[in-house]
Amino acid sequence: ALCAVSGATFLYHDYCIIGAGPAGLQAAYFLQRAGRHYIVFERSHAPGSFFALYPRHRKLISINKQYTGKSNSEFNLRHDWNSLLSHDPRLLFRRYSRDFFPDADTMVRYLEDFASLLKLRVQYNTAIIHVTLEKNEQAWNGHYFVLTDQDRKNYKCSSLLVAAGMWVPNVVNFPGSEYVEGYETVSTNPEDFTGQTVLILGRGNSAFETAENILGVTNFIHMVSRSRVRLSWATHYVGDLRAINNGLLDTYQLKSLDGLLEGDLEDLAIVKDKKGKLHITLRFYLENRNISAGIDSITLPQDELDNFATRAPYDRVIRCLGWKFDFSIYNRSLRMMPGKGNIKKYPQIKASYESRGTRGLFVLGTASHSVDFRKSAGGFIHGFRYTTRAVHRLLENRHHGVPWPSTAYPVTQLTNAIIKRVNEASGLYQMFSVLADIILLRENATAFEYLEEFPIGVLAELEMHTGRKARNGLFVIIMEYGRNFSGADKDVFYYNRAVGEAQHAWQSNFLHPVIYYYRSLPTEREMRLRPPEWPLPRPDAIHHIVEDFLTDWTAPNAHILPLRRFLENCLSTDLRHFFAESCFLFAFTRQKLPPSCQQGYVGMQGLLGSRELREHAARAGLLQDYTHTHSAGDRAPDSHHGSQEQLMTDPGVPVHPLQHLVNAKDE
Amino acid sequence: MSAQKDRWVSSLVFLLFCACSILRSGSASLQQEPSPQHYFSGLEAGKTSLAFFTPTVSPGAQPFLEQIESSAEALQDYGISVVKVNCPKEDVSRYCGKENALRKAFLFRGIRLIREFPTDALFDVNSIVANVLFALLFNEVKYVETLADFENIENMLKGKSNMVFAYVPATGTAEHRAVMEAAFVYGTIHQFVLTTEAALLKATSHDDPDVSSAWLLFCHCQRATEPAQPCRRTALAQPLTLLNIHRHLKLMGAPLVTEVAEDPEKISTVHLQLGLPLVFILSQTETHEADRRTAEFVAWQLLGKAGVALLSRDLVDLNVLHRSNVALKTPDEGMPIQYLVLEDTDEVITLVEDKNKVKQIQEDEQEEEEDEDEQENNNQDIQDDQVVEAVSRDKKRELPLEQIRVLTEENFHPSLQEAAQTVVLFYASWEAMSLAVLRSYSEVASLLKGTPGVVLSRVNCWDWPGLCSQENVTQFPTLRIYKEGQQSVTYGGMWAPEELSSFILLSQVSCPLKLATMEEAEGYLRGEFPSELSSQQHPSLLGVFSTATSEAREAFEEAGNILSGHVRMGMYFEDDSLALSQKYSVSPPALLLARSRGRSVESIPLSKHSVQDMLQMIRYELLDIFPEITVPNLPQYLQLGKPFLILFSAGDISQGESKEMLKVAKGRAQQAFVACWLNLKKTPVGHGILRTYFSTTPSLPVLLWVNLHAGGQVFRFPSEQPITEMNILSWLEKLQAGLEIPSSTLSEEDWKPPLPAYDFLQMMEPPVPELSPQPGHTPAQHPPKGPGGDTARGDTATREEPSQESTAEEVGSPGRGLRGTAPRLAARDKQQGKRHSEL
Repeated sequence: ALCAVSGATFLYHDYCIIGAGPAGLQAAYFLQRAGRHYIVFERSHAPGSFFALYPRHRKLISINKQYTGKSNSEFNLRHDWNSLLSHDPRLLFRRYSRDFFPDADTMVRYLEDFASLLKLRVQYNTAIIHVTLEKNEQAWNGHYFVLTDQDRKNYKCSSLLVAAGMWVPNVVNFPGSEYVEGYETVSTNPEDFTGQTVLILGRGNSAFETAENILGVTNFIHMVSRSRVRLSWATHYVGDLRAINNGLLDTYQLKSLDGLLEGDLEDLAIVKDKKGKLHITLRFYLENRNISAGIDSITLPQDELDNFATRAPYDRVIRCLGWKFDFSIYNRSLRMMPGKGNIKKYPQIKASYESRGTRGLFVLGTASHSVDFRKSAGGFIHGFRYTTRAVHRLLENRHHGVPWPSTAYPVTQLTNAIIKRVNEASGLYQMFSVLADIILLRENATAFEYLEEFPIGVLAELEMHTGRKARNGLFVIIMEYGRNFSGADKDVFYYNRAVGEAQHAWQSNFLHPVIYYYRSLPTEREMRLRPPEWPLPRPDAIHHIVEDFLTDWTAPNAHILPLRRFLENCLSTDLRHFFAESCFLFAFTRQKLPPSCQQGYVGMQGLLGSRELREHAARAGLLQDYTHTHSAGDRAPDSHHGSQEQLMTDPGVPVHPLQHLVNAKDE
Repeated sequence: MSAQKDRWVSSLVFLLFCACSILRSGSASLQQEPSPQHYFSGLEAGKTSLAFFTPTVSPGAQPFLEQIESSAEALQDYGISVVKVNCPKEDVSRYCGKENALRKAFLFRGIRLIREFPTDALFDVNSIVANVLFALLFNEVKYVETLADFENIENMLKGKSNMVFAYVPATGTAEHRAVMEAAFVYGTIHQFVLTTEAALLKATSHDDPDVSSAWLLFCHCQRATEPAQPCRRTALAQPLTLLNIHRHLKLMGAPLVTEVAEDPEKISTVHLQLGLPLVFILSQTETHEADRRTAEFVAWQLLGKAGVALLSRDLVDLNVLHRSNVALKTPDEGMPIQYLVLEDTDEVITLVEDKNKVKQIQEDEQEEEEDEDEQENNNQDIQDDQVVEAVSRDKKRELPLEQIRVLTEENFHPSLQEAAQTVVLFYASWEAMSLAVLRSYSEVASLLKGTPGVVLSRVNCWDWPGLCSQENVTQFPTLRIYKEGQQSVTYGGMWAPEELSSFILLSQVSCPLKLATMEEAEGYLRGEFPSELSSQQHPSLLGVFSTATSEAREAFEEAGNILSGHVRMGMYFEDDSLALSQKYSVSPPALLLARSRGRSVESIPLSKHSVQDMLQMIRYELLDIFPEITVPNLPQYLQLGKPFLILFSAGDISQGESKEMLKVAKGRAQQAFVACWLNLKKTPVGHGILRTYFSTTPSLPVLLWVNLHAGGQVFRFPSEQPITEMNILSWLEKLQAGLEIPSSTLSEEDWKPPLPAYDFLQMMEPPVPELSPQPGHTPAQHPPKGPGGDTARGDTATREEPSQESTAEEVGSPGRGLRGTAPRLAARDKQQGKRHSEL
């Protein structure tokens, strides 16, 4: 579409997306499905240009699980970290690769297919080099975004979705840093490292990946970084060091010359001797000295401390320090500011993924990870595919009056709705503690609306963002690890780490569903002042579903029963199911009926139940059998009495076989 | 337990034996005497003491000494002191000198020796107290060995005083002690008779008694004025404890029938105080004598179980039904008095006995629950959902599902193409309702086996969520019928095999079915056409339209779409439709309704033409005039929102009743209520309803008026009147005029959570008064919480022993009765193993 504003010609789009990587394509998919007017700009000739280069050693560390033993497509996405969300079953990553850790080229091919099969509107070879604002009262956000590409062509958009990723390498500057090779360019051929001594700066997955590649041919590898190594299986954060790359930890701890050191890279200096060997020294020694005077005039630490750890000269120093967001293309008026502290590589955004500086600018994908950095999966495909969908839903509501999708159910379906979601929902599972399902209660709690995967950071603004009303209380369903269970220094294998009993569910350590109940929507102030370590403000009631070894929360007694009791007590009602016969009795003997009778039986949808089932219920003492107790009024409570006992002695959980199994394992 | 009872128990305990049953160390009241001389010189006349003599060192008698020391306090309550007399070494007097005297205890009154006991008769506190009192109360408690002795005593007492007869299997037992302690208090009022002879027990009790347990009879000899008249006997039904005996004697001592002339709500008798119900026999001046006799008769029957009072209606203004003849007041506070109309005295007795039993059981249960409360948090972890529990108990049974096709995301649409009509059950394999319905569905499969054109299939939404959401299935279970080229029809009826299969069969034919000829139309009304449905017992509904009346016809067709599968509907609008309708003396548009084969065809003119009106009318017309209410059909009648006039019958109702009721139903009041009947044989849950209304099942048949929707009052048609149209109508008139008093009212109680939930919020953290700002500056306020609270970040010295050691314990300690997971159980094993190796 062409439109002429103030003389200049602009190509106008409602939505502009910068970057045709996974996040950009994912956003394009949702906009396309909603029939929105959008365009994606990609500087390269094909999608996923980052993956065309990185990881250098080509092995993706995102899991591509072929089999889960289940056909549930939603559940299976919990273990598919590479696919983008779409309605097309051809676009499941497992159809592209059989490798558990697939090759990066496959990702590039997948993204190409995703864009072409879904006919996404991507404009390739278009590098946006400048973004600025144009004030306009009529615009959605009071301004248009004006984008300029490398050919000085201008594009105008109402809403800007930045999915440009993080591709500017982090560089440290210290004396001698010119001798350092970057991860971007370093050779990936192990033969180039034969018999060399290597120092690697950085302690992330790229550093370990680089080390892994040359571990077998080097003399030894040393690795320096400021912070200690963080193992993802201890931190439960996929951005930390993954076990697939950690060969160097093995050789270090098994005394095979390789080693890890902690130190601030800013204090470092490297000097090259005449033979071309690189020596580590400290910036401190170099101050007030003339480096040009030559290596011999420079003090090395070992001159004073003759057992200095990195006194051995290195053949190569490699920098693997990750990437940061490209802030350079945004005009100052957009106020795209880096975050503070450990999130300074990311632009500042709100929990709604909208820029703090500019209304209408949303950051998607890896660059949006500041929201859940080192917590959840928002920086990775298997996380941001959901947050992107959430942003799209916010936009649909904000600009097109399409409220957040929801399903209305009668209150009798409350337990079911929750159980269904916590067992299969992948967004809740991948974006644990970030995205939440919301249950909005209707008046008198006879019905409810179910909203999926809402960003809990903006819970206080739920009504504004979703177009739904939360006047009668709400449940928030999220998944959490146990507090204090995750951490770089935590032993995640200690005995008794797993909780088995529903009554101690709050102490569950592994990822498990948690349901918060609020009588009224928390305010922004309450959100801000929430207790530390709490993802949400203190609720009126909380329920933990006990962690489960199989992540299968469908056990009637351990999972569903305590949940039902929680919901009943929050709503002050009785959510049990009843056979039609019980409802019949209640209809004649009580003025009010339990919800399941009211909505089921009285609505002619009663459960008559087979003879066997009714007998079981009678034996359990939960249904009175009147067929044999015509006049003796005393028999029934008697049988109730007996069967209660039976019920209690009936072993619901096979403790003995399990114990047996464990013993066998131990031996 | 009622507050009154509590009060009573505590006062009894306080008055009688403040501390006798509490075993404190007896040494406090055990006197020590340095020597026999010293002891004998100090004995006062009339004071009783139990003495034992012991050399300064006597290792052998040690256990006996312990027992006697602990009984000292109990005996002190009866004014008996226990004295330990030390025998100086050189003493060779009567009590100290002989070796065997040292193995005995001696009971003195003053200085007179009453009895000497070998120490093996005094093996514990019970035996000491029992034997000592037995010796002391030699005159008050007669020991008998033969029936003749027993009868002699009985005869002697007639007209004078009452007798308490106790059988204990052996002396020195706890029961013996209880009897003796009771005799100590009541010995002067009643004659106590004791035996250990099993033969005597058998002779005095009716049925085969258990000789190993004690037994107590109260013989009302004082009332037996004639020598030939036997003493009435009332046995103690509870175990022989002091408390129970005391209670029993107290009840026996109470007047048989209390005459009452004030508001029964204000009456309190010893029975109510003791936690027993009080039965009022309502009396009138004219019948006072007869009522009195009835009351006495009932009182004898209920002696020890309930009190009986004679309430004179003439003296008290009672706002109760004039017919009421009995009232029941229970000891529970706040429970209103129940006024009842009972037929005979047996009913009174069963009423009380059933109440007691129920109460007893409730108390047992409460105690049980309380016990469990202490052990666990309630019964929260016990399943109380009847459907879930039934399904999980049935989960091992394999369902015959071979006939039912499994559909998947891949084969769903192709499968629908294959058959003209496909029935699909959408369910979730983890959901109880689904599994319960799946059981019925498998029965449907066998019911419909071999029916042409019916394909049953199922989709497990837990496997195929995409398919289920695509098909817009939001509730589990959902049953749909997919027909080629048509919109699917969702089932909206009862989940039962019969209803489901009838729906499936009816759905085979289009609804409404367009009939082409007069013959077809007639055949349709006879239930012969179409042949697919000829085996079905549904009423046939035929809409007859002249071609012109398209508006009504469209509404009828629309209603047919909605009722598809539930109602058999046909439609005729050929040129000769006028002829057809005139045959049934109605002009089109009209409905012809053949309720069942062989019955006449009803004709209903159609005046309203909206779909909603049409639907409502069809539904209404299909209802029976005097239906038998069953579990599946009640909701149809409930929807009318009217009171029920319902006849509960033990089996089929008699023709006479049926005829009379039908007359009432058809009468002018037809619009105002639902006249119906219930067959208790077919719908046994009706017993539950009657029991809720009347406590017991009344004599059948019983006709009730139940205000289901307004007020919830239940009125009972006077049982002495025959069920005739006249009687019913006049009763209804009185009822409407407010002249009748309801015999019961439906509970207005809300459905609250059956049990509390786990209070995780409380467990996680006590409430934080004012929440502290989030980003990190709250170090002191929040000590480590929850598992793994590792404060010692960076403090390597304390971390030498990994902090998880303590963490493990924190997590483990609340986990009594580990149910859980492999790691936990393994940890437990490991810990134990560790401990062993350290030993």
